[in-house]
Amino acid sequence: MTKNAVSKKKKGVGYWQIAKLLSKSVREYKTSSILSIVFIALETLFECLIPYVMSLLITDLTKLDNPDVVINERQLLIKVLTYGGILLAMAVCSFACGMISGKISAKASVGFATNLRKDLFYKVSSFSFHNIDKFSVSSLVTRQTTDITYIQMCYMMLIRIAMRSPLMLLFSVIMASVMAPSMAWIYAILIPILAVCFLFLIVKAVPIFNRVFDRYDELNESVEENVRGIRVVKTYTREGFEKKKFFKASDDMQTQFIKGERLLALSNPVLVFFMYVSMLFIIWYGTYMVLQGSVQIGQISALITYGAQILSSLMMLSMVFVMISMSTACLRRVYEVLVEKPTIANPEHPLMEVEDGSIVFDHVFFKYKKDAERFALSDVNLTIRPGETIGIIGGTGSSKSTLVNLISRFYDVSEGQVLVGGRDVREYDIHTLRENVSMVLQKNVLFSGTIKDNLRWGNIDATDEEIKEACHIAQADSFIESFPKKYDSEILQGGSNVSGGQKQRLCIARAILKKPKILIMDDSTSAVDTKTDAYIREGLKNALPGTTKIIIAQRVSSVEDADKILVMDDGKIVDMGTHGTLLRTSPIYKEIYDMQNRVGGDQR
Amino acid sequence: MNKNKKKSPLIRILFDYIKMHRWAFLVSVVCIFFCVVGNIAAPLCLSNVTDALNRYIVDKSVTYETTVNEILSYIYVLIACYVVSICGNFTYSQVTAIAGQKYMNDLRRHLFSHMEDLPIRYFDRNDKGDIMSVYINDVDTVRQLIIQSLNTIMICFITFVSVLVMMILFSVYLTLIVLVGAAAMIFVTIHVGGRSSKNFIAQQKMIGRQEGFVEEMMIGLKVIKSFCHEEESKKDFDKINHELQDVGTKANSYANILMPILGNIGNFLYVLVALVGSILFVNHIPNVAGLPENAEMSIGIIVAFLPMVKQFTNNTAEISNQVNSIAMAVGGTSRVCQMLDEKKEIDDGYVTLVRARYDENHNIVECDEKEQTIWAWKHPHSATHDVTYTLLEGDIRMFDVDFAYNPDKVVLHNITLYAKPGQKVAFVGATGAGKTTITNLLNRFYDIADGKIRYDGININKICKKDLRRSLGMVLQDTNLFSGTIMDNIRYGKLDATDEECIAAAKLANADSFISRLPKGYDTYITNDGGNLSQGQRQLLSIARAAVNNAPVLILDEATSSIDTRTEKIVTEGMDNLMKGRTVFVIAHRLSTIQNADVIMVLDHGRIIERGTHEELIAQKGTYYQLYTGAFELE
Repeated sequence: MTKNAVSKKKKGVGYWQIAKLLSKSVREYKTSSILSIVFIALETLFECLIPYVMSLLITDLTKLDNPDVVINERQLLIKVLTYGGILLAMAVCSFACGMISGKISAKASVGFATNLRKDLFYKVSSFSFHNIDKFSVSSLVTRQTTDITYIQMCYMMLIRIAMRSPLMLLFSVIMASVMAPSMAWIYAILIPILAVCFLFLIVKAVPIFNRVFDRYDELNESVEENVRGIRVVKTYTREGFEKKKFFKASDDMQTQFIKGERLLALSNPVLVFFMYVSMLFIIWYGTYMVLQGSVQIGQISALITYGAQILSSLMMLSMVFVMISMSTACLRRVYEVLVEKPTIANPEHPLMEVEDGSIVFDHVFFKYKKDAERFALSDVNLTIRPGETIGIIGGTGSSKSTLVNLISRFYDVSEGQVLVGGRDVREYDIHTLRENVSMVLQKNVLFSGTIKDNLRWGNIDATDEEIKEACHIAQADSFIESFPKKYDSEILQGGSNVSGGQKQRLCIARAILKKPKILIMDDSTSAVDTKTDAYIREGLKNALPGTTKIIIAQRVSSVEDADKILVMDDGKIVDMGTHGTLLRTSPIYKEIYDMQNRVGGDQR
Repeated sequence: MNKNKKKSPLIRILFDYIKMHRWAFLVSVVCIFFCVVGNIAAPLCLSNVTDALNRYIVDKSVTYETTVNEILSYIYVLIACYVVSICGNFTYSQVTAIAGQKYMNDLRRHLFSHMEDLPIRYFDRNDKGDIMSVYINDVDTVRQLIIQSLNTIMICFITFVSVLVMMILFSVYLTLIVLVGAAAMIFVTIHVGGRSSKNFIAQQKMIGRQEGFVEEMMIGLKVIKSFCHEEESKKDFDKINHELQDVGTKANSYANILMPILGNIGNFLYVLVALVGSILFVNHIPNVAGLPENAEMSIGIIVAFLPMVKQFTNNTAEISNQVNSIAMAVGGTSRVCQMLDEKKEIDDGYVTLVRARYDENHNIVECDEKEQTIWAWKHPHSATHDVTYTLLEGDIRMFDVDFAYNPDKVVLHNITLYAKPGQKVAFVGATGAGKTTITNLLNRFYDIADGKIRYDGININKICKKDLRRSLGMVLQDTNLFSGTIMDNIRYGKLDATDEECIAAAKLANADSFISRLPKGYDTYITNDGGNLSQGQRQLLSIARAAVNNAPVLILDEATSSIDTRTEKIVTEGMDNLMKGRTVFVIAHRLSTIQNADVIMVLDHGRIIERGTHEELIAQKGTYYQLYTGAFELE
C-alpha cells in the first residue's frame, strides 16, 4: 500500500521538472550542443536545396526539346555545368556540416553524460547514512552506469534527429510550397492526418512496451533467483516446476510483446500508404498542370522527393518520441538521486577541535524514519569518561549499531542530544568529528589497491613505521609479513583474496591509524579467533590508553574485561555494569553467557 | 550437433530462426518483393509520364486527349503496384513482428530449460553475473538481429538487386558510375565503421571499469563517509570518468560521421549522374541499356534514374548502418550458443523411489498414495529381470571416496564413513577442507572419482538422480527463497503439500510464531530473496521447507552461521525438531551446535584427520581440542 502511494507521488513529477534539473549538467557543453544544432540545421538546409537545384537543371534540360525556346546545345551545356558546380558545392557544404555536427554532437552528448555522471557521484558522496539507506547499492550503481548510458543516447538523439527531423519537415514544406504552390497544399492535408495516425500508434504502443519491460525485469529476476538458488532447485528437483513457471511468464510476455510490436509495425505501411497517396496525387494532378503549362516537369520530381522527405521525417520524429518516452524510467531514477537532499550538513560556525573522548547520551530518542511507529532507541542515558572501555552486547535488532552510529553523527538524534568532548555532535565540523571518532563498521569493506593504500585511508601521511605499529596492535602484521609482497600486496575488489578474519584485522588497523580520541568497533572481531581477539584488546589497551574504546560483540569473551558493559534489548539499555555484576543481575546477559558456555564456550 | 559446431553462432541462430519459422520467413521474403515492386514502379512510371509530357510539349501532333489517356493508364498500373506493395508491406511487417517475438520466446524458453538441466558444475564454474548477462544483454542482441537487422538487410538487399537490374535496363553508363560510388561507400564503411567499432569495444571495456569502480564505491559508501574519504574518491572517479569521456567521444564521433559521409557520397553520385546524363543527352551520345527503347539518352531516363540512385545509395547506407548491431550480435550469439552447447546433466539411474506398503507377509509392495505407508527403492535387475524393493531408511556409507573438481587437484582423499539411520554426523574444518564437497557428492551434484557411496545399500550411481535428491533434504547458509508467498516457499519442499501440512512444518521449524505475527501471515509476499525478512526468519523458512519435504536424510551446511546467538536459540530448536529421526550431516562453524553429534569428523586438506564424539576428541587433545579452545581460527 505504501509502495503504491510512493509511486503515485513519483509520477507527480513532471517531465519538465526532470528535464530542467538534468539539463543543468550540460554546462560547458552548451556551446557544443547549440553549435551542433546549428550545423545540423545547415546540413539539413543544403540537403533540402539540392533537389530544388536539381529540378532547375531538369527543367533546363527539357527546354532543349522544346521548339518554342531557342537555345543552342553549347549554351545548355554551360548551364548544366553551372548547375552541376552549384550542386557539387552544396554537397560539399552539406558534407562539411554533417561531419562537423557529427563530431560536435558526439562531444556534446558524451560531455553531458560525463557531467551528469560526475554530478551523480558527487551527489551520492554527499549523502548521509539516512540518504544511503533509501537506495540499494545495486540501484545506485545502475543509476550511475546503465541509466546514464541510455540518457546519453537519448540526448544525442535529441540534438541530432529530434532537431533534424522537424527542420527537414519545415524546409521541405517551405521548398515544396515555393516550388509548386498549386500542388503543395496536399501536404497540408496529409501531414496532420499522418501525425494523428502516428500519435495514435504511440499512445497505444508505449504503455504496452513499458508494461512489457517491467515484466521483462521480473522475468530476469526470476532467472537470477534460479541461478543463485540452483542448489535448492536441484535438491528439491524443482527443475520442471521452475521451467513451467518460466514458460508461463515468458509466453505471457510474448503475447504482450507481439501486441506492441504489431502496433509499431503498422507505422511502416501507414507511412508508405501516405507516401503513395501523395505521389499518385502529384503525378496525376501534376500532369494536368503541366499540360496546362502552369507547372514545369522538373517540379514534379522535386515535389515527390520533398514529399518523401516530409513524411519520413514525421516517422523519424515519432520514433524519437517512442525512444524518449521509453527512457523516462531512466530519467526518473537519475532525477530521484539528484533531488535527494543530504540530511546532514555542517553547522554554520563549526567547532574544529574535539576536546577529549568523553561521550554523553542525554535522553536520546531515535527513529530511522519520521513516520516510523517505533523508536529504534528510546530514552538512552549514558556517560562515558575519556579512556574508558565500554562493551555492548545484545541480540540482532536491539539497536547496538544504531547507538554508536549517533556518536560519529552518521544519523541525527530525533530527540535529546549526544555530546562528544562536552559539546553536542551537531556543533562540530563533520570531518573533525569523524577524524576523532574512528569507527570499524560492521560491514567491513576493503578497497582494491595495496594493503598500504588501504591502511592510509586512516591517515594519508602515515609513515611505514606507523603502519607497522598499527598492524601490530591489530594483530595483522604476522599474516601481512607472510605475503610475498608484504605491505605492497594487492587487495582485490571487496577484499576477496583475504579471509574474513584477516579483513577484520586490516580494518581495525586502518581505524587505529587515525589516532582517534574515540574508537568504536562494531562487531569487528567476529571472524577472529578468541586468542587473537584477546591480543587485539590487550594491544589497544596498552597502545591507546587515552582513547575511549567501544566494543560491540556477539561473544561475551570479547567484552568481559571492559570497564562497563551495556546490555541492550529492543532499543533500550536494560542493564549496565561489569561482567561480574551483570552475571548476577542481568538475566539476558546470563542467558547469552550460558549459551556460549554450554559445555566449554562458543568457539566462534 | 557436429554440423552446428562448425557454423558461426550468428549463422546458426539465423538458420535456426529461418528453419523454425520457415513459412513466416517465406511469406516475408515474397512480401518484401511486393514492397519493392512499389518502390521500383514509381520511378518507372514517372519516367514514362515525363516522356509523354515531353512528347506533348515538343510534338504538336500529339493531342491532349491521347497524352492524358496514356498517362492515366500509367497511373492505373502504378495504383495496382502500390496496392500490391502496401499489402506486401503490411503483411511482412506483421508476420515478422509475430514470428520474431515467437522465436525470442522459444529462445528464452530453450535457454532457461537448458540451463535448469545443466549440472551444478556449470554454476560453480561460471560467474552469476556472466550467466545473467546472457539473458539480459546477449538475448537482446539476438532480438536486434532477428527483428531489426535481418529485416532491414533483406529489404535493402532485395531493393538493391532490383534497383541494380532496373538501372542496367535504363543505362549501363550511369549504372557504372553508381557502382563506383557504392564501392566507395563500402570502403568508407569498412574504414570509418571499423574505427567506430574498435572504439566502441574500447568504450565497452571502459564502461566495465567505471561500473566496477562505482560498485566498489557504493558498497563502501559508509566506510568512505566514516573515513571522510569523499574528496579522494571523487578524484579517482573524475580520472576514470575522463578516460571514459575520451573514448566515448571518439567512438560516437566516428559513428556520427559515417552517415553524413555516406549520405553525401550519395549526393555526389546524384549530381554526377545528372551531369553525365545531361552531357550524354546534349551530345546525343548513344546510350547502352538493357531495354532497346532506351538506346538514346532521354530526359525520361535521367528523371527515372535519379530516384533510383537515391534508393541505391540509401540502401547501401542502411546496410552499413547495421554494421554495429551485427558486430554486437556476433558476440551475443556466440555466448548464447555457448550456453546452449553446455552438456546437460545426465541421469542414467534406474533405481527409483516408489510409494509402498507392507503386505500380509511383510513384503514390500508398490501401491498408490492412499494405501502408502512407506517409501521404497525399486531396483530392477537387468540380468534376472526381477525387481527388488528396499525400504527407504537413510543409511549412508562412503567407502574410500576420492574426488577432484579438476583432475590435477584432488580435493578429497580416502573418505570412509558410515551414517546409520537417525545418526548425526558433523564435519569440522577450515574453509576449503572439503566439508561442503562431501555433501555435494551425496546428492550427486558431482560424481566421485574413485570409491563407492551406498544409500540404503544401493550404489548411488544406480539411483535415479531425481529420486536420490528427493530423499535428501538440505538447509544451507544462503537461504535462497523464491518470489512468492511464504506458503509458496514452504510448499517448495513438496508441491502437493496441503496448507495444513505447510503450517505443521512451519510449527515444527519454530517459524509459525513469527509468520502469524506478520500482517498477512502465510500470504506475505516475499521478494528479492526475502529481503523484507531477517536472516533468522529466512533461515526458519528454509527449515520449514526442508521439514515439509520430509526426507530421511538431511544436510545442514552452515545453516546457523550468520545468525546471532540469541536468535540462534530459536533456530536451533527448530533445527532440533527437524533432525529427530533423520540421518543428518551437519557442517557448522560454531562448535557448540555440533557437540551432541554421534560422530564428529575433523577435515584437513581433504582428509579426515580425527573422528569421534565430542568427549573423545576433547580427550585426544588434537586439532579439534585446539579449535574448541579457540587457539585456531576457522577461516
